[in-house]
Amino acid sequence: MNLADLTRPDFPILRRVVNAHPLVFLDSAASSQKPTAVLEAMTRYYEQNHANVHRSIHTLGEEATELYEAARDAARAFIGAASREEVIFTRGTTEGVNLVAQAVGRTLSPGDEIIVTELEHHSNLIPWQMVCRDRGARLHAVPVSDGAHLDVAAYDRLLSARTRVVAFAHVSNVLGTINPVADMTRKAHDAGALVLVDGAQAVPHLPVDVSALGVDFYVFSGHKMLGPTGIGVLYGRRSVLERLEPAWGGGEMIKEVWIDHAQWNDLPWRFEPGTPPIAPAVGLHAAVEYLEKIGMARVAAHEQAITALCLDALAQITGVSVYGPRNPEIKGAVVAFNVDGLHPHDGAALLDQRGIGLRAGHHCAQPLMRRLGIVGALRASFSVYTSADDIERLAAAVSAIKSDL
Amino acid sequence: MALYSDVVRERFRRPRFRGRLEAPDAAFEDVNPLCGDRIRIECRLADGRLADARFTGDSCAIAAASADVLLEMAMGRPVDEVQSLDVPAILERLDADIRASRLKCVALPLAVLQGALEGKEVAR
Repeated sequence: MNLADLTRPDFPILRRVVNAHPLVFLDSAASSQKPTAVLEAMTRYYEQNHANVHRSIHTLGEEATELYEAARDAARAFIGAASREEVIFTRGTTEGVNLVAQAVGRTLSPGDEIIVTELEHHSNLIPWQMVCRDRGARLHAVPVSDGAHLDVAAYDRLLSARTRVVAFAHVSNVLGTINPVADMTRKAHDAGALVLVDGAQAVPHLPVDVSALGVDFYVFSGHKMLGPTGIGVLYGRRSVLERLEPAWGGGEMIKEVWIDHAQWNDLPWRFEPGTPPIAPAVGLHAAVEYLEKIGMARVAAHEQAITALCLDALAQITGVSVYGPRNPEIKGAVVAFNVDGLHPHDGAALLDQRGIGLRAGHHCAQPLMRRLGIVGALRASFSVYTSADDIERLAAAVSAIKSDL
Repeated sequence: MALYSDVVRERFRRPRFRGRLEAPDAAFEDVNPLCGDRIRIECRLADGRLADARFTGDSCAIAAASADVLLEMAMGRPVDEVQSLDVPAILERLDADIRASRLKCVALPLAVLQGALEGKEVAR
């Protein structure tokens, strides 16, 4: 059975009618929809088990703590982390990058260098700009060479003994380019640098094994992988986390406190000050189980087939330009494109009038837009529930809106 | 009422005030944070009035139509009257069903024109 046929009944929102058309949802890279299993897990938690975690010596507190920590174990297994101490819950990818930038940033000195890439989402760029400003460090970016891939030779030239951090996306949120994480990480380690990978567009779509990739930090969000908003994961290699001071202070992250100093808690709680997002963690656990039941290899194969369909359909429409790799086998579940003479926001508004929801604009990647020489683009992005019919509806609508304005 | 009303489509296709002025007395440009679109407006002033004005910029149809009807409304009027023009006046001219998510597209040309008349400098 086709995966979309199997999954679509699990997503109540897909039955909506928008602007008098059955909804075609092609904005999963911004945030995916949620299956009933995730919604029910969170409701059940709030109705049956909610209390604060770790400190409450009563039944509900213990149940909530068990559920929260079980979510950590599920996330650990899902991404192949070696131990639960390496899995830190955050509010999302952006918070994960900021946490690492601040914690590692404290160890930087003037003259140190950080390398990012030209295809980063702003969330993996601005925190490093801020660190560089505060510490007198220098920021370099690996250019995108052919409109689709990182310039590997330029990366090799930028790496040096001064490089302290290399931060880059696993999968580009615009181009869909899958970057060679293991290779780039090995080179960074040879130069003595730490590596942070933004996996926001990878974990929902591909099998990911952080231990095999060898990275020091790997961050992603729950809400792009069928889970709720307000929860994300920061994977940190244990030996690296152990040397870092916590980024932020508060309750939960301490063992013993005096008025002028404190002793930090063990990993992973050292990096989780304050009451954590408990219900979202429970929802993330349900999302992980949902994806594991399908199997990430099958998820990737389905989305690759949808990406191929979309690339083929758009290639047949005159006046449509597509960005990023054309080969769906080396591409994530996104297709960015423009229609001649149509501003992307007008394109998105006209598609919305036909019930099709997709993202338009700079996709929080303005340096990449500048490199591509465009103000923005439309972006269709896919998930386990995206069907061939969705792509047919998109292609027909793109052909039709060309004469709307 | 449609988002892309007859007025919006007509002004987008055949703008009356798109272009540049030679040696303008005032000019300003700014960016829509929603989409990164940039609109520039150049003005010529005479006797305390807006004697001429033109706009340029890669923008969506809503922002382009807004700029075009705005300059038509402002042309020839005393500067203090132009400074008191507001978004509802432009919306009325556009005659379009514009939702909150696109109001910034309507408002940008007005902010740019008023910025030019206040003598604002372009940030880079």
